[in-house]
Amino acid sequence: MYRYDHYDQAIVDARVDEFRDQTARRLAGQMTEDQFKPLRLKNGLYLQLHAYMLRIAIPYGTLNSRQLRMLGHIARTYDRGYGHFTTRQNIQYHWIKLQDAPDILAELATVEMHAIQTSGESIRNISADQYAGAAADEICDPRPWAELIRQATTFHPEFSYLPRKFKIALIASPTDRAALRWHDLALRIVRNEAGEEGFEVFAGGGMGRTPFIAYPIRAFCPADQIFSYIQAVLRVWNSHARRDNIHKQRMKILVHDLGHEEFTRQVEEAFAHILTLGTDFPRAEYERIAAYFAPPPFETGLPDEIDRADPDFALWVDRQTAPHKAPGYAIVNISLKRVGGIGGDITAEQMEAVADLAERYSFDDIRVTHGQNLVLPHVRKQDLYAVWQALDAAGLADVNLDLVTDIIACPGLDYCSLANARSIPIAQKIAQRFADIDRQLELGELKIKISGCINACGHHHAGHIGILGVDRKGTENYQLLLGGSGAEDTSLGKITGPGFDEDGIVDAVEKTTDVYLRERQDGERFLDTYRRIGVEPFKEAIYG
Amino acid sequence: MAEDIIRFRDDEPHEEPAVSLDAFLDQSNATAVRVEAGEDARRLIPFLDRLALIEVDFPRFRDGRGYSSARILREAGYKGELRASGDVLVDQMLFMRRCGFDSFAPDAPIDPDVLDAALNRYPYVYQTAADAAVPVWKLRHG
Ligand code: SF4
Repeated sequence: MYRYDHYDQAIVDARVDEFRDQTARRLAGQMTEDQFKPLRLKNGLYLQLHAYMLRIAIPYGTLNSRQLRMLGHIARTYDRGYGHFTTRQNIQYHWIKLQDAPDILAELATVEMHAIQTSGESIRNISADQYAGAAADEICDPRPWAELIRQATTFHPEFSYLPRKFKIALIASPTDRAALRWHDLALRIVRNEAGEEGFEVFAGGGMGRTPFIAYPIRAFCPADQIFSYIQAVLRVWNSHARRDNIHKQRMKILVHDLGHEEFTRQVEEAFAHILTLGTDFPRAEYERIAAYFAPPPFETGLPDEIDRADPDFALWVDRQTAPHKAPGYAIVNISLKRVGGIGGDITAEQMEAVADLAERYSFDDIRVTHGQNLVLPHVRKQDLYAVWQALDAAGLADVNLDLVTDIIACPGLDYCSLANARSIPIAQKIAQRFADIDRQLELGELKIKISGCINACGHHHAGHIGILGVDRKGTENYQLLLGGSGAEDTSLGKITGPGFDEDGIVDAVEKTTDVYLRERQDGERFLDTYRRIGVEPFKEAIYG
Repeated sequence: MAEDIIRFRDDEPHEEPAVSLDAFLDQSNATAVRVEAGEDARRLIPFLDRLALIEVDFPRFRDGRGYSSARILREAGYKGELRASGDVLVDQMLFMRRCGFDSFAPDAPIDPDVLDAALNRYPYVYQTAADAAVPVWKLRHG
């Protein structure tokens, strides 16, 4: 993985110094909260219902064991012994004291980590495919480009006071594991007819109260010009977005208001101009970065067979591992979705257990997934049994990847000051209802996503089954959506009808799955059946 | 007023009051013009050689349109005074400098020591901008 040189380190150290100074000026009353707020947000500090939340960047979801141990140390020292992985591959802590934040950032800097631009109206930490460098279906490892874009967009002087947040995702596979087109800017590495690498670009995606799937705005941007192109997109948006209504300032609204053809035309005009300025990073810099992502020294001649004598282990292997590009290796998915727990939460001890496993069995490499689970990307198949046993001992061997209990739920009313309703307890009730593993496997791939308000942090628009918490005359009410997707077949879920109370929504989900089991044809996932038969049979079962 | 202006230029401050963009485009013999947030700075590009002062207003410090206006003007070759006025706060002035502003007319006074620390805190930058800072990719590769 990428390692800081003394330039990167000096920049991150200066950031810690800057934030220490800003916090001191705020605590001394030399700055108003209004003036301080954007500064703390750019360092990942949100004020929530009970305390500050600190979100730490995990660039493109890649960690080494030293970093993961540091995250455990922070959980234990400054929080309540656990952390929470997010849908954008970051980690956040929910019980932070403002005066501790500069010390936490200083500790992070010792392991080449930071919280830069993880919140606020800035270019956020870039997300990428969690299987990068391991996936059997990728055309190249997207992380060198992700790192180059990370540097290029860190403290960008023109784009640090944007109309709203700006999220970039990057993949290099036909399979989308990063909810690509739900981002403001979505990049997919492709090859043109001459065999050169470049970027297919989509813009204007996003969830929230006005969901849009990103439009394709360029079929091929030469790889070496991507920074110019990103700056062109940002300049058009920064210059022309509304600034009078916070709900209308995301880039998706501008793309929609202008129309994507006109938006694209303006971007192309700005791009032609910016290209002449020589701001793109040279090939040599890409190559310097790419050298850090050279494939690890995979052994050859390893056996591909796995001893499946232990049925619990076999079950885990079938569900939690994915094909690796190197023979004899597998990608291991670690579930953070224990039934009855809080999705994405992990204790300090579990972080240390995963760090130990990564060091011993996965070339010191750990990934955080968009689905709020973890990945050991490079495990020898012959080590899978030992890894499984160690995960089991740490309470991390659950089998539910992409199944009905692998739920994404936002923090909701338990933490978030914007919430209309609780999300976590709804996820727990659904998971308990479907806890039986045979039943989960019978239902197959089924992605449930739950948000506690219209801001959609729980991605309800993109759930095969989505749940949206609303406030109905002072009581929590839950709307059901069907048919969304955050994968390569991106689609927007539709509301089925009137909402439900807490128990009612769990029943409605169960009735929905009953319709699927009744109607499905060979090999169809829930989403396929829904798309084939439409919403009516589901409505009949739920409301009839 | 003039003593409240923080300048990073050696020439004498320009005395003529700035006219609005529309007024300038109408009569076009003024040498100082003021661009409000949301006005298209590109409209000034044909006239840059006769301008001595362009003032870009920041109605609220979180409104970042002025950063793009500054870059657009400097990229078009404007060499005169480029002044950020309005809700200009010390914690944004480094980025403003990097975008090409060389003069500041803040609504509220700026502590010179805090400003000095803020402008000198970062030893390196990642990108080329409108200032003379050399990006780290260039330092890395000579
Ligand atoms: S969706 Fe709403 S309730 Fe949930 S975390 Fe986001 S803002 Fe808070």
